Amino acid sequence: MLAYLIKRLVMTVAVLFMVITFLSLLVHIVPGDPAKTLLGPRASPEMIQKVRSSMDLDKPVYIQVGNFIWRLLHGDLGTDVFTGQPIKRLVVAALPHTVILAVSSLALAVLVGIPLGVFSATHPNSWLDRLTAIFSISLTTIPTYVAGLFLLLIFAVKLKTMPAIGLGEPGDWMDYLHHLVLPAIALAITWIGYLARLVRTSLLEVMNENYIRAAWAGGLSERLVLYKYALKNALIPTVAILGVGLGSLMGGAVFVEIIFSRPGMGTLIYNAIKVRNYPLVRSGVLVVAFLFILVNFLADLFYTYLDPRIQLNKRQVG
Amino acid sequence: MSQYSEKPTSRMDQLLDRIPVLGDVLRRPLGLVGFTIVALFIFAVIFAPAIAPYDYARQDIPNRLQAPSADYWLGTDHLGRDLFSRLVYGSRIALGTAIPAVSIALVAGTLLGLIAGYVGGQVDDILIIIMDSLQAFPSIMLSLTILALLGPSLVNVILVIGLTWMPNYARVIRAQTLAAREKAYVEAERSLGASDRRILLSHILPNVIAPAFLLAAMDLPWVITFEAGLSFMGLGVRPPTPSWGVILSDGFNNIRLSPWPITWSGVVLVLTTLGFTLFGETLRDVLDPRISGSRGM
Repeated sequence: MLAYLIKRLVMTVAVLFMVITFLSLLVHIVPGDPAKTLLGPRASPEMIQKVRSSMDLDKPVYIQVGNFIWRLLHGDLGTDVFTGQPIKRLVVAALPHTVILAVSSLALAVLVGIPLGVFSATHPNSWLDRLTAIFSISLTTIPTYVAGLFLLLIFAVKLKTMPAIGLGEPGDWMDYLHHLVLPAIALAITWIGYLARLVRTSLLEVMNENYIRAAWAGGLSERLVLYKYALKNALIPTVAILGVGLGSLMGGAVFVEIIFSRPGMGTLIYNAIKVRNYPLVRSGVLVVAFLFILVNFLADLFYTYLDPRIQLNKRQVG
Repeated sequence: MSQYSEKPTSRMDQLLDRIPVLGDVLRRPLGLVGFTIVALFIFAVIFAPAIAPYDYARQDIPNRLQAPSADYWLGTDHLGRDLFSRLVYGSRIALGTAIPAVSIALVAGTLLGLIAGYVGGQVDDILIIIMDSLQAFPSIMLSLTILALLGPSLVNVILVIGLTWMPNYARVIRAQTLAAREKAYVEAERSLGASDRRILLSHILPNVIAPAFLLAAMDLPWVITFEAGLSFMGLGVRPPTPSWGVILSDGFNNIRLSPWPITWSGVVLVLTTLGFTLFGETLRDVLDPRISGSRGM
């Protein structure tokens, strides 16, 4: 167990290091001078020089990467060239809204998707099962931005029952929640369908296992077998995927935040891209990637804890 | 199923029996639905100029943001361009981006996967860490970052999607190669003195490539929606090229004036994805009945 833990931790740190290096080197792999692109064609040579040095571009590459990592370790994400504000402050202001959005979407997907999958698996090959299957496949094929636009169009523009943009009045929690409803649904839709299918498949698999048949044969009640024995094991793969889910929802949040004009990491990065503010893009993406890696790592640990059948020194294949 | 069954077979069944895999796909209702949608999509791609009543860039400003009518079957956008024609031509952009992008992912991923799986050792470890790092970003974030530097264009979108999708293929091929490397026929080849290159290309590759092709087929719809998403954000295909994402984005900017551009481009995107998915999943069930139902994102 400990060996597995350490190996997983070393891999995670290695990946994190690669991600940081990749992000700080990307400027050099890609053609063009980022300082010039940032300032536009009319910038004076002195201004370009100043920005170049503030981005460390006038130093050797390994110093740039080293400096970037050194500052990161001190919790310094750099300074925004446009506003002169520390990027950390921008991130701290934006991140909670994205996390709240992603977590509530995931909760919604779990609350709707899992019962849907259980329902499907307990009525195998009935027309209700087929209907649920078609319904869940259809949900998985709706891109997040299409879901967001349709919800915006129907509930905010046509019916006017839901607010269209922003976070609501500052300090008013009910209003905040009200503004969260449509974005959270839009982001959750794909995952509702996906979880429903996953739970159905793994529950059907578990129901065929010997220990479940033994429980049936022993005369235990249907509910007890289903909920106490089968579901518990069937949900293990689901828990493993939820970590990936949270990360991918944080990525997908960029669409939802743009469509509903919600402040968050997505809009922060998107707006930075539009004005080619590369240092801000880099730090923003790094924060999201860091959370993605962290959540996946934790989900992996939790998974190993839940399912001791996982071989400890299993070579990672996929 | 076969000519030996007791059931009297209809002419249609006899016809389906003659087509090896596709026949089995078409026999299943969802497979048939998927195939029909995919066929319509391909039809639109090939015959776009014949189907579209107008040039996709032709503007009719007095008739901007119209609802569907006899003149404009699906209505018009904010410049009075015919939505139906734009959507039909958009199928060309969708497929024209998705196929090269998936091909890049397939070829590069296969190459790296073969090397990692066959050489093993430190090379394998390093390649794995690189793949893990590429997948450590939510895929949309990775693409956004690179496009932010490269600038939006069709070619850049294709390259970026290819890079983003490549690790999946490398993983699949690597796992297959690891297994194939130990097989007797590879041992036999090696003992006969065959070069690594020959073993890899003539013996291992043909045996490991099938799952990667299936993955490519299943990835096509996701790549199409991914491109549309990037174009929707203004980072993919640029206007006036009628990418479905561009049409969506134009519609978003005029959402309070007309619901039609968003409605139609959204419906077309969802239907295309659904069609490819249903077709792909049925195909997979037919080819390999053991796995069914679940799929990674």
